[in-house]
Amino acid sequence: MSAHGPAERLPRLRAGGRVDQLHVLAFEWTKLRSVRSSAWSLFLAVLFVIGIAGIAAYVQIHHYPSEQALRANVHPLPLSLAGVQLGQLAIGVLGVLTITAEYSTGMIRSTLAAVPKRLPVLWAKALVYAVVTGLLMVPSAIAAFFLAQAVLSTRHVSLAFGAAGVTRAVAGAGLYLVVVALFGLGLGALVRNTAGGIATFTGIMFVLPPLLDVLPASWNRAASPYLPLNAGESIMQIQPGPHLAPWVGLGVFAAYAAVAIALAALLLVRRDV
Amino acid sequence: MIVARGLTKDYDAKRAVDELTFTVEPGVVTGFLGPNGSGKSTTMRLILGLDAPTAGTVTVNGCAYRDHPAPLREVGALLEARSVHPGRSAYSHLLGLARSHGLPKRRVDEVIDLVGLAGVARRRSGTFSLGMGQRLGIAAALLGDPETLVLDEPVNGLDPEGIHWIRELMKGLARQGRTVFVSSHLMSEMALTAEHLIVIGRGRLIADTSMADFLEQASPRLVHVRTPQEERLRALLTRRDVGVVERDRGLEVRGLTAEQVGELAAEHGVVLHELAPQQVSLEQAFMELTHDRVEFSSEERKAA
Repeated sequence: MSAHGPAERLPRLRAGGRVDQLHVLAFEWTKLRSVRSSAWSLFLAVLFVIGIAGIAAYVQIHHYPSEQALRANVHPLPLSLAGVQLGQLAIGVLGVLTITAEYSTGMIRSTLAAVPKRLPVLWAKALVYAVVTGLLMVPSAIAAFFLAQAVLSTRHVSLAFGAAGVTRAVAGAGLYLVVVALFGLGLGALVRNTAGGIATFTGIMFVLPPLLDVLPASWNRAASPYLPLNAGESIMQIQPGPHLAPWVGLGVFAAYAAVAIALAALLLVRRDV
Repeated sequence: MIVARGLTKDYDAKRAVDELTFTVEPGVVTGFLGPNGSGKSTTMRLILGLDAPTAGTVTVNGCAYRDHPAPLREVGALLEARSVHPGRSAYSHLLGLARSHGLPKRRVDEVIDLVGLAGVARRRSGTFSLGMGQRLGIAAALLGDPETLVLDEPVNGLDPEGIHWIRELMKGLARQGRTVFVSSHLMSEMALTAEHLIVIGRGRLIADTSMADFLEQASPRLVHVRTPQEERLRALLTRRDVGVVERDRGLEVRGLTAEQVGELAAEHGVVLHELAPQQVSLEQAFMELTHDRVEFSSEERKAA
């Protein structure tokens, strides 16, 4: 019998240690920043949001060489936010993945063994991912706006950041992506499976709106603004149209995300891992 | 200390764990033995609160696992399947777990050094061999310096040196007064490490006994004898109501020790050319035990 086996070489741990919401936040932050897929998805989202705005502006000024034609056909704001369309896919998919990857790899067992009360994990994931998305996407949307305006201004067409509703619409695009992140995360936590989660997310966001066209026109007009995508995108509108008021729309979209996360929370404490 | 009382788990219509009642005491390695699919892993998940029991309770160090303010300080677990994101390094995996309890960063290096992963800790764990993955799981189990360890098939995938290492580790942890509960489907493995055994089959408790008693009870007396006076010896033996069969140009005697057979032969002047006690493999004994009980219980159910 060896008195200095492996067990004896392990130093004893004096410090107390306990699980609380703050520690679980640090846990989730450590997890998010330590896999490459997070960095890649976020990098792509930034690239899409800023890059597509620049490219779109560049293409437009060459397509409409005259200032008049450009003014008549292109609105500087939607053009500046064109990259949000693709950016939201990267953000939403990463939202799904932050939770479903834990299930597919088995990491969830380690996570929930460390935090057996479970709910702090969901809250921490949501908060960490929302804050990271916000900190990256609000500046990205603003950068996209200024990049597009810089390109357009070579043809003397541009929109001031201070013009009515513009600040709200541009910063709101970043906030919209925060809600996309949370919606993806909530759906991922409900479905617990990567393929299913991504299908559910893209289905609700992008397939549902055109599907409503099969309804009678009056029904479609009534229901359409309340779909997650359409409601959320209201925050980016500065022209009148068939959409909800900007903050109401974002609020409706946020409510969808909240419902998804609340249902996921209910199931998380009930289901076996 | 782990205390299970009437622990039961159904998955849909299938009963995986069936009214298990047992206590795992500190200070010894307790082997948790059963064939594959007998409910060992399910029991371990129930202990850790990953699955909720259909009926019954299980507590660790006095209360349900989820009610501990610092679960990793109470129980260190190595779970059956990999429980690690392959894209994350061993270091980041352990750092995250340490963060969840506010444990110091230095602790991560300590457990990495102990399990011998220092050279590869920054590599993505997906590139690890099965054995390295096991070592990472053991590092995670030891992170919180827990009083109780729950290890599901820890020798899986380890090389001989690694197997020796984990045996020494488990014995050492038990010597330090910790509770060590380790599952295996290999009786031979348990025989080398465990002092106490809990045996299950089809989710039911078959034995809860010391290793010494289990071995005593499991290995039947079996002796191989070779003699030129086979007929005479056979007659002597059958009179004593023991089992005798012809095997390998000799007799196989069931129910007497080699000493008893030798003395009987000497008493009656029978010449022996060979007298050898036969070892029934522990594996065999364990299989027979679990098999019998399983058969018995299904017969029982039919009768009921």
